[in-house]
Amino acid sequence: MKMLWVLAQKELRDGLRNRWIAAAIILLGTLALALSLLGSAPTGSVRASELDITVISLASLSVYLIPLIALMLSFDALVGEFERGTMMLLLTYPVTRWQVIIGKFIGHVLILFVAIFAGYGGAILIMTMLTGGSIEGWQAYGIMMISSLILGAVFIALGYLLSVLVKERATAAGTAIGLWLVFVVLYDLLLFAALLLDEGQLIDQQLFSILMLISPTDSYRILNLSLFEGVSQAAGIAGIASEAGMSGALLISVMLLWVVVPLMTTLFVFQRREL
Amino acid sequence: MVEETDSASNVITMREVSKRYGDETVLKDVNLNVQSGECIVLVGHNGAGKTSLLKLMLGLTRPTSGRVEILGKNPAFSAAVAQRLALGYLPESVVFYEAMTGREVLIFYAQLKGADKIECEKILDLVGLGEAAKRRVGTYSKGMRQRLGLAQAMLGNPQLLFLDEPTSGLDPVLRQHFYELIDGLQKEGATSVISSHALNEVEARATRFVIMKSGAIVACGSLDELYQQASLPVRMKVSVTPGEASQVAERMGSANVSNINNQSFNLSCFNDEKMQLIRHISSLGDVVNDMQIMPPRLDELYNHFMNGDAV
Repeated sequence: MKMLWVLAQKELRDGLRNRWIAAAIILLGTLALALSLLGSAPTGSVRASELDITVISLASLSVYLIPLIALMLSFDALVGEFERGTMMLLLTYPVTRWQVIIGKFIGHVLILFVAIFAGYGGAILIMTMLTGGSIEGWQAYGIMMISSLILGAVFIALGYLLSVLVKERATAAGTAIGLWLVFVVLYDLLLFAALLLDEGQLIDQQLFSILMLISPTDSYRILNLSLFEGVSQAAGIAGIASEAGMSGALLISVMLLWVVVPLMTTLFVFQRREL
Repeated sequence: MVEETDSASNVITMREVSKRYGDETVLKDVNLNVQSGECIVLVGHNGAGKTSLLKLMLGLTRPTSGRVEILGKNPAFSAAVAQRLALGYLPESVVFYEAMTGREVLIFYAQLKGADKIECEKILDLVGLGEAAKRRVGTYSKGMRQRLGLAQAMLGNPQLLFLDEPTSGLDPVLRQHFYELIDGLQKEGATSVISSHALNEVEARATRFVIMKSGAIVACGSLDELYQQASLPVRMKVSVTPGEASQVAERMGSANVSNINNQSFNLSCFNDEKMQLIRHISSLGDVVNDMQIMPPRLDELYNHFMNGDAV
């Protein structure tokens, strides 16, 4: 346990030292605040609360932004240390390889935790002071912050996986962008293209739900856009999740699976690697 | 049977160890036993397999065949993790986290080894980085990095030190200081394995040399044993009364005479003929003024083993 904390602390300190955490807090906080202030404008006709609108716009933006931030943190984590040679020395210390991976992971998740909770959390505090809010709205906002952190953890784990697989840092950077495109943009695009071309012959409601569910970013979207009544009405996709039989617990489990599987695979590859 | 009792007292045991990367063989059939308190020096050209051997000992790589045991355990198994507490390693051209200060780097490693901050400060002073410890490692010179490298290897009083080309790129003064530090650890009973391209700088502190060539050990032993194995000629320079040189040289019998000039000539003979020859020369009387005996130099010994005429 102590080893994990020493390793995690190093990543956390790095994040503080290179102003990474500060930059991320400012970015997320400013966006959240801007969206919530802008979001106050169109609330009149649909009777949605301002906080619900903020959750919708923030979640729609976070689904692009959080994976990008997480991949930027993680793509270099292993290949960078292999390439510079610091990993070799580290592994002659009394730490196991799984401790190295999990320790880094804890550190990087903590960085994201601080960024999301300080950035988004700070914004909602300011919002509440300005306009007030509903209990349900806060709940939805809280779920949005927690699920954003889990989404971030997914992409940190995926970033490690690519970081342990590629040979060079430059390749890792390129692959990270590719990974982001596939998970955040292309998968949905292909899914909807398939849906249109298929015209409901092969892809029925159930298969479609499964195809949405297996993508971590879609799970995040469904969780945040349709789980809460106020939010889902405002987002115009009322009840999608409940119709398809997706509970919040299921959606979060799917996302957690996307954390565990890449992390375990990374560990598996790393254990076999010779330095 | 002998093997069993051997490996019990050994700090390092390597049996028939080979390492291949694809088609390339970097180590073949290496056998090596190191006892506690020894100072082993691995010598060889670049690419002779010194670093590969160290990496196997550290458990960073696994042998393709054969067996490696460090302090009685296979270093590549995670069961051996606790043993790394007793181990210090200075890699060849050591690299650190550039953005951290020297002190932060050392404290990070100390925490992993369970050493405390007081020890860190002591070691920083010992290696002469007390002043520079608050600066970022990115600003360090080669010599300072190397000293920080030694500092981290010294953390936690290691029983077993692996130093890969520890003095490459250091100036002579630093080099001297560096070896003094290593001697200090040695006195406390540490066993060390040092790799080097040169024999001369490590001559005084090695209990045994392991000479490597293309992944194999071509010779192993103390300096005396190596000289015996190599049976290199001993050279002598004999000074005589001016004008008498060629005359005296003719009376040298089977010894190889060269460089005859007016008042001196050179001789070379094998070690076992040496005493006889010296007695013969001293029996010649006053005509001989002086005599210098030059044992084979280390680089001759090194070249002997490296140029393939050995073993």
